[in-house]
Amino acid sequence: MKPPAFAYHAPPDLDTAVDLLAELGEDGKVLAGGQSLVPMMNLRLATPAALVDISRLGELGDLEVADDAVTLGAGVTSERLRTDDTATAAIPLLRQALDHVAHPVIRNRGTAVGSLVHADPAAELPAVLALLDGSVVLRSRDGTRRVVGSELFLGPLESDVRPEELATEVVFPIPPARTGTAFHELARRHGDYALAGVAVRVGLDADLRIDTARAAFIGVADRPVVIDVGAALAGQHHDALDTADAVGHARARLDPRDDIHATGAYRRHLAGVLLGRALEEAARRAATTDPTTPTAEEAT
Amino acid sequence: MTSELTTDDPTDVRELTRERLHEVTVTVNGLPRSATVPPRRLLSDLLRHDLRLTGTHVGCEHGVCGACTVLLDGAPVRSCLTFAVAVDGREITTVEGLAAEDGTLHPVQQAFHDHHGLQCGFCTPGFVMSACGYLAAHPDAEDDGEIRAEMAGNLCRCTGYAGILAAVKQAAAVLRDTGADPRQRHRPDAS
Repeated sequence: MKPPAFAYHAPPDLDTAVDLLAELGEDGKVLAGGQSLVPMMNLRLATPAALVDISRLGELGDLEVADDAVTLGAGVTSERLRTDDTATAAIPLLRQALDHVAHPVIRNRGTAVGSLVHADPAAELPAVLALLDGSVVLRSRDGTRRVVGSELFLGPLESDVRPEELATEVVFPIPPARTGTAFHELARRHGDYALAGVAVRVGLDADLRIDTARAAFIGVADRPVVIDVGAALAGQHHDALDTADAVGHARARLDPRDDIHATGAYRRHLAGVLLGRALEEAARRAATTDPTTPTAEEAT
Repeated sequence: MTSELTTDDPTDVRELTRERLHEVTVTVNGLPRSATVPPRRLLSDLLRHDLRLTGTHVGCEHGVCGACTVLLDGAPVRSCLTFAVAVDGREITTVEGLAAEDGTLHPVQQAFHDHHGLQCGFCTPGFVMSACGYLAAHPDAEDDGEIRAEMAGNLCRCTGYAGILAAVKQAAAVLRDTGADPRQRHRPDAS
């Protein structure tokens, strides 16, 4: 279908953009890449009275890799982030997750920050934000505030962004050395939202034994679910993991619903299988990967 | 482009939410084209309805099928998920912009022809434009798995994927030989 009528604003700078959002209130909606918003408008699931297009704001196009964090503006597309070798070497999980996001043609327009604030419960980047304790900077006429990790996600397609606020950037902290990550998901068709998926980070101690392990699940609840599985794995050697306890621990804390795509029981089972695989892969990477130098596998 | 950023009374939300017409100028296949459109005009409809370039097809209109794929500043995008007003001033390449002036097919088009990469042809403009964007970014494309993954955003309901895969591989080889940019109009004498 065609989208409903709306007013279009292309503000020349950030101040004008947040002024517009303040004046529009609930009638306004931010347009960046539009890869989630425009389909919803075409299907008449979203009917904003006015769009504030931020895609022309050059100041939102920065992608910076510092010693401690990767910071990207709201104009940075998912594909630009996925193919930025410096950013993905600093945080391999970004690329591991973005490889699962839709298709290259969609990623050419869709933005990483847009995906976060869209807060689809099956989207990949929210799990990355939650797992890395990343933060999103929200700007309004009254100033800026920062929302950290899972706190951004209030429910399905609902993030903690007020109508007068503009998400200007996201900051992903770079994990410490001897940290490995992995992202596994299962979708019926390539590029679809997953039936279930999991992002995992594993930290090893000096003897390359498991020190910390956390997982962020997608597609199994109304927002990403972060579960600490460190206690179930602590002390195990990185290349001889017994993940059964960790999988059991996670499954006991997941209660996905039945829907048209899969039963809740299937999703819970699947989430555990994916967790086991992701833990083993992340532990292997943690032992071999210095976070500042990607392995050949991750660099290609 | 005319965008009303402020009104006399900034608190008047009715003014800020009133649908206005916008003059949009884009370069399509090398030529500047203009139209006056409401903001809700999708790029796919700007091309098809306003500019009468019906080579770009519209299938699902929510970003799943890929039939509407065009190049925006050289990168493939879904024209059905892009508002025309949002790409004012930018450069669009459609399937009409590929074949040479004398009608000689572009290497990607020729490869689809050679390998029976199309049957009914509805999905073909999208596949061809996706392939052009992909091969420009990955001229060394050879691996079946990688090509499948990169082209997976386009659906063919005549189940012609084997031919499409073969066509993309042939086009990649031809383009490597000639060194031509697949996003440019074909110039048979240049190779």
